[in-house]
This record gives sequence, structure tokens and C-alpha cells, in this order.
Amino acid sequence: MILLLQYTIIFAAVLLLVALGGAFAEHSGVINIGLEGIMVIGALGGALAMSKINIEYGGFVIVVSTIVASAAAGLIFSLFLAVAAINFKADQTITGTAMNMLATAGSTVAVKAMNTAASGGSDVSSAIRYINQKQFFIHRFGDFEFSWFMLVAVIALVVAYIVMYKTRFGLRLRACGEHPQAADSVGINVYKMRYAGVLISGVLGGLGGITFITTGVSEWKFENGVVGFGFLALAVMIFGAWDPLRIAGAAVIFGLFRALGNVHTGIPLLEHLGIPGAVYNMLPYIVSLLVLAFTSKRSRAPKAEGIPYDKGLR
Amino acid sequence: MSANYAIEMLNITKRFPGIIANDNITLRLKHGEIHALLGENGAGKSTLMSVLFGLYKPEEGKILMDGKEVRIDDPNDANRLGIGMVHQHFKLVECFSVLDNIILGVEPNKMGFLQKEQAREKVVALSEKYGLHVDPDAMIEDITVGMQQRTEILKMLYRENNILIFDEPTAVLTPQEIDELMHIMRNLTQEGKSILFITHKLNEIMAVADTCSVLRKGKYIGTVDVAGTTKEELSRMMVGRDVDFIVHKDEAKPTDVVLSVEKLSVSSKGHSKKAVNNVSFKVRAGEIVCIAGIDGNGQTELVYGLTGLLPVKDGAVIMDGKDITQLAIRKRNVGGLSHIPEDRHKYGLVMDYSLEDNLILQRYFEPRFVNNFGFMRRKNIRNYANDLIEQYDVRSGQGAVTPARSMSGGNQQKAIIAREIDKDPQLLIAVQPTRGLDVGAIEYIHSQIVAQRDKNKAVLLVSLELDEVMALSDRILVMYEGEIVGELDPKTTTVEELGLYMAGAKREAREV
Repeated sequence: MILLLQYTIIFAAVLLLVALGGAFAEHSGVINIGLEGIMVIGALGGALAMSKINIEYGGFVIVVSTIVASAAAGLIFSLFLAVAAINFKADQTITGTAMNMLATAGSTVAVKAMNTAASGGSDVSSAIRYINQKQFFIHRFGDFEFSWFMLVAVIALVVAYIVMYKTRFGLRLRACGEHPQAADSVGINVYKMRYAGVLISGVLGGLGGITFITTGVSEWKFENGVVGFGFLALAVMIFGAWDPLRIAGAAVIFGLFRALGNVHTGIPLLEHLGIPGAVYNMLPYIVSLLVLAFTSKRSRAPKAEGIPYDKGLR
Repeated sequence: MSANYAIEMLNITKRFPGIIANDNITLRLKHGEIHALLGENGAGKSTLMSVLFGLYKPEEGKILMDGKEVRIDDPNDANRLGIGMVHQHFKLVECFSVLDNIILGVEPNKMGFLQKEQAREKVVALSEKYGLHVDPDAMIEDITVGMQQRTEILKMLYRENNILIFDEPTAVLTPQEIDELMHIMRNLTQEGKSILFITHKLNEIMAVADTCSVLRKGKYIGTVDVAGTTKEELSRMMVGRDVDFIVHKDEAKPTDVVLSVEKLSVSSKGHSKKAVNNVSFKVRAGEIVCIAGIDGNGQTELVYGLTGLLPVKDGAVIMDGKDITQLAIRKRNVGGLSHIPEDRHKYGLVMDYSLEDNLILQRYFEPRFVNNFGFMRRKNIRNYANDLIEQYDVRSGQGAVTPARSMSGGNQQKAIIAREIDKDPQLLIAVQPTRGLDVGAIEYIHSQIVAQRDKNKAVLLVSLELDEVMALSDRILVMYEGEIVGELDPKTTTVEELGLYMAGAKREAREV
């Protein structure tokens, strides 16, 4: 049961981080379908930092630099979306889809090239290993493995809530996603606010990516991307009605379903049911389909999301 | 220059490619006055205000404030100088509270954290001082249009703007709300604010403005003292010739019932709530029946139900004794129903089709326009289109092959009217047929509608413009929240009485 709790929390942390990122982008008026790709690039940045930094620098340096590297990688990658969607007014869905394909393919190629060069040709895998470094992220409390990423997610939640509802920045950001002409008419720079929204989603998406690939394993094969977790996070965001607190609730529910896939063999009741493991692995995706089918009709997305803002059209 | 003027715009010229939108225009706004800016659509009023608000940079001319020259490069400059604007389409975030909308952009804060309490006190004080009665915590989407407009006014007051621009502020209001707005505007000037009031409604200028400047086709025509002028004088300045305000028509001679609506209910798209609730009425041949009401009280859905654009939930639509409730749209069109739609870009025209293709949209399948193999008979189409273009005086750049998109609004509307009337319908449904058109086009369209009536056709007119309702109709039905709450005779009723019905303050039990 502790294992179930632990996995639920860590998967919820991933979904929470990424879904909050999505919410920031969408509240600014930009749909970020590219979260999946941002996660991959964030994971790549973090994994490289973990595996390349000399382990003798100690835990603190490694933890901090991994977090910073993944956030920075996500931020830089999200610039793609910002430039295309805000400066060039490109279709946001297509841009995001392109980012997703580019991220997985690009990081696979890059990691394979690095591995091939480092091994002199004997290792052509797309995997980065970080079994020793990963220990620095984990503290054991009895059977419960606490990960620093859990704390990162909780901090992100608190900060996101305060920024969104209690600050000038949040008020302006949300205005840009609902009615950019209104924001513009009172002197708010819509382009800047949208850049901010997208870049924040890049940071949170990158953090979500590194959190995800370090959930259970000691290495990650980049050809797998992040197996749809970016999209799952979008479902969490919609189910959470673009509101940080509700997103947190949704993330826990989805995290629980995902955790069942990992630990169902350890729970006697579920073990006796004799349902194949693949069914449990499918659960979060099936649930997200159902949830979206039944809730999307009355969902209240930011009204201006997905529409490029053009100062000329008033 | 005297410092008597709050704002002087001197010799402003603004050119766009191929057109001079403002040609050497001078506008002087005195302290504490209400100055109306009058002109038809496309006369250059909006361009001039955009120059003042920093949205456009003029090629020539300068702007003085209290006698000193100022530069206004963007709306922030305008705000800093105390110039505020209530836009025609409100700039309000619907899911924000009134308070949030008011402080947006000038939020009181400590280190970026919002300090709403002091803002709320200021808003409540301002609201009381000017009698605006606005609840700062209400959500914009929950309050009436009039209340939203007062939120916009509060936005300007909160920023301590002294020069207030109102862009066509009365278009969305009931007569009672308009009176209230006029009252508020007078209060504002008493507190030393100066107001620029953009409009094309002469009654409102006569009622509230001190001075009026008139623009026509980008040119400055003149400025007059409202107390010393008449409506006729103003309209002559605006249009450049004498205008008939009265639509000439004889007594209606209604004959047989053409349209009979029985207990009709229609739901709007995606909602289960009834937008039209148990509505019954009849329209006879030879009369114009007008549905009056404030926008969004079910008129749109009623017309969609009659024309087949939305499914009918309950009740029946009978045309010429035939039940057409479930009939396909094509069959209604062929069977004598014509529809001049509210949204001419969405339902009236295919914007990227040529004029001639738009003119045959409802009859392309007739043998004279298409041969047995499905190929279009372009020559016949061209001839037919040219006939209509000549007959209805539809003007366009390249004649029959002009893309609809590149035509002016008035000519687009004329094209739709040509198509719909040429079908020789038994029933003509016209929804806001003169919206956004200039006086010349309005006169023409009104005369066409009356001509249909005089040819013993039934006409159902839906309009939000009370002047149009009073001028054209033989009977008025008032719609409020999806129901018909009153039937009035335009000869005996007044605009004020109509307004009470439209606002839901009055209703009568009626039988059909």
C-alpha cells in the first residue's frame, strides 16, 4: 500500500507540474500541445546533467544542477512555440505537434550519437543511465521513498496558485487569454504576457519531464519519448478546469490510475482478479478519454486560446 | 491658441492606401462640454478617434491639450494624458469581476501582489458619486449590458481621465437605459469632464450634446451649436442632401394569413434551455409585422426556427396553409420563403464566391443554370446576374465576377436583397436589414421592403433599431426572454412604451 501511495504521489507530481505549465500557457492564450515534446527535452537536459556531472561534487550540486538543466532545456525548447505562435502567428496545434515529433526524434538521434562516440561503436542505444546519481534525489522514510521532485511539485502548486490569483502578473496573464483586445486597450503588452505564459510552461514541462523519467527506472531510452504523459497532463489540465487547485486534485486521481499499473501485482485483491497488466497500464489513457468525452462540453477554456493576437484587428 | 479647449485636433490628415480617411479635419473640444461627432459609416469618425487615442499616426496635423502640443503614439500615452474611451464593443473580460476589470492595467499592488481593498473603496465611492450603482464583485457575464457599460465608464473614472470618448454608446441599450446614460453623461460634465460622443443618431445629439461636429466622406463639414440647429439641418450636413425621415407608405391592406406560428419553442445551439418559448403569431399578406426587442431575447432563434437553421423543439410553423415545421431548408426556399439574414457574412453570402455565384446560390440547380451532366451554364448565369445587378443597382468593382468579400457592406446587402426578392416569395423575413449601412442604402432597403408589402406579400421584420421599427411596421410584436410580451400598434404607441415592454417591465396577456 505504501508503494501505491508513493507511486501515486510521484506520478501526480509529474502530471501536476506539466498540467500547471499547460495552464499558464493557455491562460495567456496559447494552446501548448507541445508539452509532450517539452517534457522529452527537459528530461534530456536533466539526464545529461545527471550523467555528465562528476558524482564527487556531491548530492546538492547534482540535484540543483539537474533541476536547473531540465528547466532550462524545457524553457529553450518552448521558445519554438513562442516564436512560431506569437511572432509568426502560426497555427498552435500544428506547431505543438511538430515540436512533439522533433523532440523525441531529435533526442534519440543525439543520445545515440553520444553513446556511439563514447563507446567507440559498441553502444548504439538511445539510453542515458543515472543509477548512482538518482540516489541523491531520494530519501527513505521507512518503506516510503521520498523524492525531492515531490517537493518541487508542491512548491510549484503553491507558487502557481498565488501567482495566478494574487498577483498583478496573474491578473494580466488571464486577461490576455480571455480577451486580449481588452488587455491591450489598458496598456498591457499581450505579446510579452504570452511569451511569459509559454516560457513558464516550458520550465514546468521540463521539470515534469525529468521527474517522469526518474520515477522508477535507473536509465531512460529516449526513443520512447515520455509515452504520452504530456497529453495525459493536458487531460488533467482540462479536467482541472485550468485552475491550479483542481488540477492538483485531477493529477492525484490520474496519478493513482497510473500507479496501479506499476504496483497492481503487489495488491492481493487486484492480483486475484487476474486482469492482464496491460489493462492497468492502459487505465490512465482510457480514463482520460472518458473524462474528456463527458466533461469537455461544459469545460471553460480561456476564450481567446489558440487565436493568434494581431494588434491590427480590433 | 486659447486654453479654453481641453483638446484641439488641428488639420488632421490620415491616409490609407487608396483612400484619405481624414482630410484636413479640425475638432475642438471645450472643457466641460458634450461634443457630438456625427457622420455616416465610413465618414472617418473612428479613424479620427483612433488618432486621438494613439492607435493611428496622422500624416499631417497636430493635437493640442490645454493649448500645448502633445504627442500621442499609443493608447498608453492617451491614458497618461487622461483620455479614456468606451469602445463600441466593450473591452471587458467576461469571467472577471467588475473590480478586476476596472483595475486591470493599473492594479494597486505591493511588490506585484494585488491590493484590492483600496481599489474597492475607490470604486464604490466613484460609483456612488456619479450614481452608477455598480456592484464591484459581480461577474461581468452575469450583469446587464447597461451595467457593463457603466463598468467601462468606471474604468475611465478610476484612471481619473478627464476626456471621455463614447463610441456609439447607445446601440445596445433600451430607451430607458439610454435616458439613464444621458443623465450620467450630464453628471460627468458637471464634474468637469469633457465628453466626445460618437454617433449617427440625431435624436440623441439633440437631447444631450452642446456642440456637434459633422464629418462626411473623410472631410470636415462643420461644427454647430446644437441649441441653434435642427435635426434636418444636421442630417443635411451628414448626408449632403435632404433626407426623408419618414418612410412613405400607405395604409396596410392585409389579406390572407401567410405565416402562422403556433406555440413554437426553439432551443439555442448547444443548450437545452428554450430560447424561444411557446410563441404564437400570424403574418398576413400585405402587412409588415415587426419583432422588436433587445438583442439576445430569442429573435435570432425564432428566425432560425422559421427558416430551418435550427430544429424546432415544439410547436408548428404553417406557411400558406402547409406545415413546414420539419421541411428541409431547400424546400422552404423554393416554396416561397425568403430570408435576409442577420449575419450577412455567415448566412447571406459565400464571401469568396463571385457576385454572380452568390446570386444563384438558391437556384443553381434550376435547368437554366445547370445542364443534365451537372455542368454550370456560365453564360446564362452571367446574363441573369447582370439583369439583377442592373435592376437592383448593385455596385462593385468588376461587375458580376467581383468577389463578394471586396464589395461594400451596402452593396453586399443589396445583392442579398436582389436574390431574395427576385424569387418572388410569399413571405419575406428580414433580420436587421439595414445594420451598419449608410443613410442612402437604408432608404433604398426600406423602400424595397415596403414595395414587397404593397405587392401583397407578407413581411416579417426583426429589428433592434427602434426608429426602424416605428417607421416600417404595421404591427409590432415585442419579444422579451423568448416570449412575445406585447402587441402594439405603431400609430398609437410611443418609443417609451415600447421600451418598457422590451425591458420586461410591462407585458400583456394576448391571444392569437
